[in-house]
Amino acid sequence: MDLEYFFELFLSGLTRGSIYALIALGYTMVYGIIELINFAHGEIYMIGAFTGLIVAGLLTLLGWPSLAILLIASIVAIIYSSAYGWTIEKIAYKPLRKAPRLSALISAIGMSLFLQNYVLLAQTSDFLPFPNLIPDFKFLEPIEHIVRSSEIMIYSITTIVMVALTIVIKFTRMGKAMRATSQDREMAMLVGIDVNRVISMTFILGSATAALGGILIASHIGQINYYIGFLAGIKAFVAAVLGGIGSMPGAVLGSLVLGWSESFFTGYISSDYEDVFAFLFLVVILIFRPSGLLGRKEADKV
Amino acid sequence: MLNRRTTKKIAAIAATLFLSVVICGPALAADTIKFGVAGAHSGDLASYGLPSVNAAKLVVADFNAKGGVLGKQIELVIEDDVCKPEVATSTATKLVGEGVSVVLGHICSGATKAALGIYKDSKVVVMSPSATNPALTQSGDYPNFFRTIAADDAQARMEVDFALDVLKVKKIAVLHDKGDYGKGLAEFAKSFLEADKRAELVLYEGVTPGAVDYSAVVQKIKRSGAEAVIFGGYHPEASKIVTLMRKKKMKTIFISDDGVKDDTFIKVAKKYAEGVYATGPKDVSKNPLTKEYLEKHKAEFKSDPGAFYDNAISASIALLTAIQNSGSTDYDAIVKALQTKEVDTPVGSIKFDARGDAIGVGFTVYQVKNGAYVEVK
Repeated sequence: MDLEYFFELFLSGLTRGSIYALIALGYTMVYGIIELINFAHGEIYMIGAFTGLIVAGLLTLLGWPSLAILLIASIVAIIYSSAYGWTIEKIAYKPLRKAPRLSALISAIGMSLFLQNYVLLAQTSDFLPFPNLIPDFKFLEPIEHIVRSSEIMIYSITTIVMVALTIVIKFTRMGKAMRATSQDREMAMLVGIDVNRVISMTFILGSATAALGGILIASHIGQINYYIGFLAGIKAFVAAVLGGIGSMPGAVLGSLVLGWSESFFTGYISSDYEDVFAFLFLVVILIFRPSGLLGRKEADKV
Repeated sequence: MLNRRTTKKIAAIAATLFLSVVICGPALAADTIKFGVAGAHSGDLASYGLPSVNAAKLVVADFNAKGGVLGKQIELVIEDDVCKPEVATSTATKLVGEGVSVVLGHICSGATKAALGIYKDSKVVVMSPSATNPALTQSGDYPNFFRTIAADDAQARMEVDFALDVLKVKKIAVLHDKGDYGKGLAEFAKSFLEADKRAELVLYEGVTPGAVDYSAVVQKIKRSGAEAVIFGGYHPEASKIVTLMRKKKMKTIFISDDGVKDDTFIKVAKKYAEGVYATGPKDVSKNPLTKEYLEKHKAEFKSDPGAFYDNAISASIALLTAIQNSGSTDYDAIVKALQTKEVDTPVGSIKFDARGDAIGVGFTVYQVKNGAYVEVK
């Protein structure tokens, strides 16, 4: 077997996987706390990318260095997207918190369509070029044809975000409150946890990761339009389910597994059936591990 | 059960039908040349067919004003086939019964195919401004069929010929976006490449549109050793693939289609777009005849012409000029005139090949140079 080719496919799978993971982390976190599949998450990612594009466009005019632009654009996008995440929760999910879960799900789908069409109307339906904000690092030049700076950036940011979120959830007061809310919302309220604040915080954190993903991925791919959130969101959702929805390392593992399976299947068999294969793989894994690769088994209260 | 009101209604409809038959029944004047126009003039696809009717009216009026053809006035016979094959056969029978010498139409490929057999048996020359199904000319079944629009496979043919004759590459990869347009084009390209021994088809793949990353496919292209990629699809995927290839320092030539010959492609792929080839429709807007008929349409119908208008004007001019050149309305003479004598039309100066396709109509190869598409001479 051609080892170099294998290695290249491995890296390409890693890139895809990390891209999915950046989006999947937000999905899985929101699901972990309020058991809602936030279908508007892909749109938050898209809005993050659009905000980044606008800010980057302005700063490029002022002639700033690209690393500074990346930093400022990320910060603005994170703030903006978090505000969107927070607002969506207040408008579309909070009033439905006591309604059957299906209602909230429909509300989420509605929110997703609303945001897509809002950006379509307020911005444009065209594909827009996204500036390459991630500079090409000098020390990577010899291996540039194998792995690019933007890919390395994506790998490292994904890892950092995953570790940071795990630390927040495991070791901070807010994290403890989140875990308590996820285990039993009413009990958490009884012991004095401000559940509304916890849920808002979850949405803010999830949206922030999505916005970060939006900027990094857009500057890796080089183009965005109003529809990018849909396919990326679906794939990330699948990855989160594959890894065990509600689990942080699970989301990353699921994303990587999905990325690799797509990449190797494309490389060795055919890209025509890439999606077919990816979803077949999902079905097989869920047959043997219904709660995902790293998902915990939940005993249903009868 | 039929009650009296229904019976009355039926009687009324029958009467109307009878009347309309009488009104558009065969004209008595024998010394006119009858010019048939068939296509969708009502229904969902009327917007494709009606511009041809307008085109025929304008061209016929021009010829008649100059004294007609062969000293006879031209008379239009217009029939609707609503783009349905089952209706098209009776449309054709009607036109043949009217004694038309030539037919402009039909509009849709399916309806055209259904009607062609009837015209063929009656030796009537048919010229479509819009039927693009490749088999209509390539099957050789219909020697009476001509068209002033490029067939669906014309772009693929042009891309493959360009790669083999001009670029002289030996190994070619064909990619597509799995969509109707892209995959159809890629399949034609594939079949042309397989029929030609000069180059080898090293890779044939579909990519998922909208995917976040195409590096696996790009690695595969690299591994296949392809010197050129022929891509069937649209610019968002093309720009991602080209950008990735160039960033991975691959010099592979990229050839694509009308879906990529779009300024957005250059805007998005920026410097990586340089050198990319794409086929696109020939620009005919600067042709004086095109301008002339555009103005005439605006003056006569107070609106902009619709789909296939230029092609329909060209077909009408080509047909009438062929009758003029051949000096008769005899089938063989008209066919010979169409194939040998060039005629100036809005889509360029054209004559037809043995199969019935207009030579030089349709597409041309463009290349990105300094951030713009320029025609490759």
